[in-house]
Amino acid sequence: MAAGSVTEVKEALAKVGYLADEPAALVSFLAQRLEKPVLVEGPAGVGKTELAKALSRATGRELIRLQCYEGLDEAKALYEWNYRKQLLRIQAGGEDGWEDVHGDIFDKEFLLERPLLQAIASPEPVVLLIDEIDKTDQEFEAMLLELLSDFQITIPELGQVAATTMPIVVLTSNNSRELTEALKRRCLYLWLDYPDLEREMEIVRLHAPELPEALARRMVEVVRMIRALDLKKPPSIAESIDWARTLLLMGAEDIDSETFEQSMSIIVKHRTDIELVAERVGVKLAAAESVRPQG
Amino acid sequence: MPQPSPYGPRAEAGPPGLAAKLLGFCEELRGEGVAVGTSEILDAFAALEQVPWTSRDDFREALATTIAKSQEDRRLFELLFDRWFFRSAESEAVERGIEETERRHEGGERLDLDELREQVRQAIVEGDDGEMRDLARLAIAAFGRQGEGSGVVGVDVQRIRRTLGLSAGTQAPAEDGAAEQVPIDREQLNAFERHLRRELERDLIERTSTLPPSRPLAELDRALPTSPTQDLAAVHRAVSQMKRRLATLGHEQRGRRKGRTVDVRRTMRASLQTGGVPMYLRYRPKRPRRPEIYVLCDVSTSVTSASVFFLSVLHALHDSFRKLRSFVFIERISEVTEVFEHERDFRVIAQRISSEGGVADVSGYTDYGRVWLEFLGKISDELDPRSTVIVLGDARTNGREPHADVFAQVSERAGRLFWLNPEPRLYWNYGDSVMAAYERYCDGAFECWTTRHLENFVNVVAGGTPRD
Repeated sequence: MAAGSVTEVKEALAKVGYLADEPAALVSFLAQRLEKPVLVEGPAGVGKTELAKALSRATGRELIRLQCYEGLDEAKALYEWNYRKQLLRIQAGGEDGWEDVHGDIFDKEFLLERPLLQAIASPEPVVLLIDEIDKTDQEFEAMLLELLSDFQITIPELGQVAATTMPIVVLTSNNSRELTEALKRRCLYLWLDYPDLEREMEIVRLHAPELPEALARRMVEVVRMIRALDLKKPPSIAESIDWARTLLLMGAEDIDSETFEQSMSIIVKHRTDIELVAERVGVKLAAAESVRPQG
Repeated sequence: MPQPSPYGPRAEAGPPGLAAKLLGFCEELRGEGVAVGTSEILDAFAALEQVPWTSRDDFREALATTIAKSQEDRRLFELLFDRWFFRSAESEAVERGIEETERRHEGGERLDLDELREQVRQAIVEGDDGEMRDLARLAIAAFGRQGEGSGVVGVDVQRIRRTLGLSAGTQAPAEDGAAEQVPIDREQLNAFERHLRRELERDLIERTSTLPPSRPLAELDRALPTSPTQDLAAVHRAVSQMKRRLATLGHEQRGRRKGRTVDVRRTMRASLQTGGVPMYLRYRPKRPRRPEIYVLCDVSTSVTSASVFFLSVLHALHDSFRKLRSFVFIERISEVTEVFEHERDFRVIAQRISSEGGVADVSGYTDYGRVWLEFLGKISDELDPRSTVIVLGDARTNGREPHADVFAQVSERAGRLFWLNPEPRLYWNYGDSVMAAYERYCDGAFECWTTRHLENFVNVVAGGTPRD
């Protein structure tokens, strides 16, 4: 993907199975042109992570992923000295003078590259995905700043490692806490929301092409109806795709209250949610059936 | 009035052209509280070099992605973007004396209302922006001929909408048995109304040759369209943030206490500095203490509107903390920890608390004094400096003895004590509110009736140093 124009980016993404809307395509385009990281926020399951994966597929770059969690530290994100190997080196070179050994053991050879350093040091351009950045603490964010603005990492014993090729960096956040201004300042911002009806239909039909259009429309309508309820965990796009595939396997021709009850657990995954959905949506479906002419 | 800009006085209007307009736009955003730094502006210009300016959407998205860095900023951005560039274009037109009176209403004559209605509905359903705009003009023209214009833009928009018979949701089937109407989306109807408003404003500007003064956004526009008391999910978010903050408090003390254990891996790694001889020991980080929280929640009638909010806070707290004990009180106090532990459904909880709580005696008026006495009697042995007490209530004693001295004892035994009051600070200590008497013994007292306040509370709690 050469990133010639927004439309080209959009088409390239569509080719690898990701239907981006206008803002998403534009931001992906700008990210490559301006060489800036992208911060993607939005509710769970709208395809934030998938965007990074699709970018990697569309550009033919390798995807390097750093999954964030509470307590993630530099040793697991940036680099770590391989101390076992260093010890071996010290013992093996018993005769060598201290100066030699000292110069030797802090060499690239003894460095364990973690995802961030890997992305920087890679000879081929890559896509770096920093997933769920909001799960880490603010200290970790601060550590990322050098990487995000200058694409370099400072290792005290070695000096700076600067990127030889520009990675596309995608950070995702579920908005569970405010990220720091400093981090936001360095990123392009993209808010992803649930797609509108037409686009979700396209997405579903792209991933479950055998599903008849009428059924797909009905399914997406029901999913949207469920999302409108105040649920603990509204169904994601991935779950609508799963549901579409389930309906195919079940050989369903229409979503009536029976099919719905049987397959509801694919899209609703909390006990209280299930009750609420059964109550609100199930009843509506049943009512619609009784109105419809028999046969 | 917009707040004074933290970035110094407003720049001179400067030379005409897009750059100046953009800077003016950023200035306006700052006035509304969006943090637009110089680096953002530079990014915006860099981004604009990459997109065609002829496409309004690309232009706007490119600006938005570099300038608006949160969902709320984005909302403000959208509101201001339309307004700013509309005003810019109009003021330019007024300056140069450009008018388009002749051309614009042509065609309005030929359309009768029914035909127009169909076209508008079609455009709204299809979400065709350009079409909607043209039709909005036609509708205004047609409407103008009926002579019902009030001259007030907001009123006229609604009148035109009603004349066209447009409303969100499912439409009543047409009388002549025509095909069922496609329901109109609320969002899209709003879009059409925006076009109507815009075109009416344009008319007004053209008639009077002046721009109406620019006003800062009203609070109403700025607020997110959710009702504060019902947004359970937002409460949950704020509380889970609070959990993180409370859990990481005291982190700074780690590794300085007795009972540390040696981290072999890190010690070995450190030993390399000394040629493989472990000279310096490295210790495992001390796990932060788990906070013990006592929450006391007023559920009397004087806080009815807030108690739903409070109960949802309690509900969310229970999701996050294991060592949490919750109490509700009116005249007496009653522990409801179990209800929350066994019920997951918020509505059932609210119901069970009102039926089984047994906290109302006779009058149903809050008796804070008695509540403190009972609380202290029941629980004082278990309070220790590691525990946090949070009181949710309005401190209105209904003229009864407040027993602030007993409250002081509670405060003394607990490590920290916070008070969240559902009334604005302005009303504290008016009437029978004895907030001042209690506030002295609190580590913090906060007004709290929206999730925003709750977040503020969380922030303050996290910022303060913990008392041990």
